[in-house]
Amino acid sequence: MVVLKDLSTEELFASGHRLCAGCGEGIINRMTLKALRGPTIIVAATGCSEVATTIYPYTSWCLPWVHVAFENAAAVASGIEVAYKAMAKRGAWNKHVDVIAMAGDGGTYDIGIQALSGALERGHDFLYICLDNEAYMNTGIQRSGATPRGADTTTSPAGSVIPGKPEWKKDLISICAAHGIEYVATASPAYWNDYITKVRKGIEVNGPAVIDVLSPCPLGWRHDSALSIQLVRLAVETRYFPVYEVEKGKYKLNFTVPKPKPVEEFLKAQGRFAHLFKPTYRKDVIDEIQKNVDNNWNRIQKLSTQN
Amino acid sequence: MTIVGLTGDEAVAYAVKQSKVDVVAAYPITPQTIMVERFSKYVADGEVQTEYVCVESEHSALSACVGASLTGARVFTATASQGLALMHEMLYIASGLRCPIVMGVANRALSAPINIHGDQSDMMGSRDSGWIQVYVENAQEAYDWTLQAFKLAEDGDVQLPVSVNLDGFILSHSMEGVDVLEDAVVSRFLQLRKPVFRLDPDKPITVGALCLTDYYYEFKRQQVEAMLQVPKVLDNVNREFGSFTGRNYGVLEAFGMEDAEAALLCLGSTAGTAKAVAKKLREQGKKVGVIKLWLYRPFPIEAVVAATKRLKALAVLDKAVSFGAPYGALCSDVISVLHAQHVRPHVFNVVYGLGGRDIEPSDIESVFEEALRIAETGAVKESVMFLGVRE
Repeated sequence: MVVLKDLSTEELFASGHRLCAGCGEGIINRMTLKALRGPTIIVAATGCSEVATTIYPYTSWCLPWVHVAFENAAAVASGIEVAYKAMAKRGAWNKHVDVIAMAGDGGTYDIGIQALSGALERGHDFLYICLDNEAYMNTGIQRSGATPRGADTTTSPAGSVIPGKPEWKKDLISICAAHGIEYVATASPAYWNDYITKVRKGIEVNGPAVIDVLSPCPLGWRHDSALSIQLVRLAVETRYFPVYEVEKGKYKLNFTVPKPKPVEEFLKAQGRFAHLFKPTYRKDVIDEIQKNVDNNWNRIQKLSTQN
Repeated sequence: MTIVGLTGDEAVAYAVKQSKVDVVAAYPITPQTIMVERFSKYVADGEVQTEYVCVESEHSALSACVGASLTGARVFTATASQGLALMHEMLYIASGLRCPIVMGVANRALSAPINIHGDQSDMMGSRDSGWIQVYVENAQEAYDWTLQAFKLAEDGDVQLPVSVNLDGFILSHSMEGVDVLEDAVVSRFLQLRKPVFRLDPDKPITVGALCLTDYYYEFKRQQVEAMLQVPKVLDNVNREFGSFTGRNYGVLEAFGMEDAEAALLCLGSTAGTAKAVAKKLREQGKKVGVIKLWLYRPFPIEAVVAATKRLKALAVLDKAVSFGAPYGALCSDVISVLHAQHVRPHVFNVVYGLGGRDIEPSDIESVFEEALRIAETGAVKESVMFLGVRE
């Protein structure tokens, strides 16, 4: 795992962008660029990171960066990757270029999953990073396939009958791993060295790699922006968000969390789950969520011990 | 001279092979499929160095093409009908990001009901997407225009995508003798792409930034300006191509227009039938002519005005329908262009061939007869006729 002195002091992600205070995406972008090994092109899907970091005529990106649309970051990355290969064949280019696609959970779990699946199946050499803040935050907090059960969003509002989103979060890691690609991982920016190490691993893999990184959203999760990193640490400490990797098909839990805190601690720290606590304490829903957390953890732990 | 038997689709694939394209990303759809099948074989046989990406949809096809084009590579894709409709979002982005992609479109009707045959509804539905649009009459033109399309698209004053449209099945699947150039001649005509800007790690730029009320409009105005450069650049491309081949193109072809009083204006393969019928009628002493637009976007305003100024009646044939509009798209353009002229022909619109409904020489003859009647009487009975439909 990387240590601080390994990291470049060069800042390729400039300050002055317009992401919210406490937004995970700015922190993650900066850390991502600390993991580069050489010439790199970033492909961004439409989303918060894109709209807040490249408001024309300004940009935060000190390396080639391109945004095309919402659902196609993986397809655009495919085109860039093969174009450099083709130009190298005819002698018009002589360096290896790493390609990193970045998209939110809406652009990954939902509208972009077809393009992602296609690119993984074709085996393009690129890293795909999902900035997973568990809803469509850019358009004003609508539920996505990554939104957890019970979360209050503007399209899964907590009502008098339905207590927030009824469905569970989609299992993106299993979907990606099922493509037989060499590297799939989750990460929390609370563990910067784990995340940066994973980005570098994903870049170094010869073929596609996917990282789903949990990105705290003070606006959508409704928490104190000063506590963003603590919250995504709590997500790991409660086993709500298992940090693990699937390397050449082998599962490994990176943090074993021997003494997990109850998921309730993670839930009650956020306004998106406030309706589970007030006016009525919804023990039934919280218990269901805890049970799901336990089952998911046991599943991954079992897969990890099978290695 | 080397004449080979090629279908329209094959002629496009052959031209793409000779154009030393870096990246092809495409998805199969009838009647375009032959283009990607033939090209895949060129790749499999090592006849080209192209990276061929078998994407999982047309949307991803054009997305991958945009990414590839932005690196400075030469890029081609192909589609038709539903595939073009699925690309619709990306069409605007490809032109907005100034990607000189060339796309072969084997024009086909749009669902519903589903139909695989040729009409031009697909590209007509995308006529405002910022693409240069060329329509061809036969396989030779499909080959010639594909080669010219790369040179036009990649010109520094243009930097816009080009679609080369050929009628589904009528051209895409019909074999004709095509006079193909030697590879070395193509290389002399079409040099490697020299991008004006590109995604280059040595010179980082941001592409596709968010432009709000303060800048978006200027970007769109620049796109308009790029379109305005097309006739001048295309003229040079056509001349140079003519010097290599002896085949001289322009924005339109005028047949019998030197003395015609009644004419028919159309796009694509129908022009072949129309010219044959016009020839017969002219031999009978009837003053008829045909205008075939090679270039539909940007619309060749001056050339259409010049070609029609002596006419008394003009039939504009639309192989697509524009629901709720006063005329078909092509006819609307013609009328708007002629509106500013003090002396102008009577114009009427003929919608035809939807879903691949055949158009016979006798159908064309009936259109000429109606145009001649209007030329004589000045009375347009029906401003929009639906030719060959069961009412």
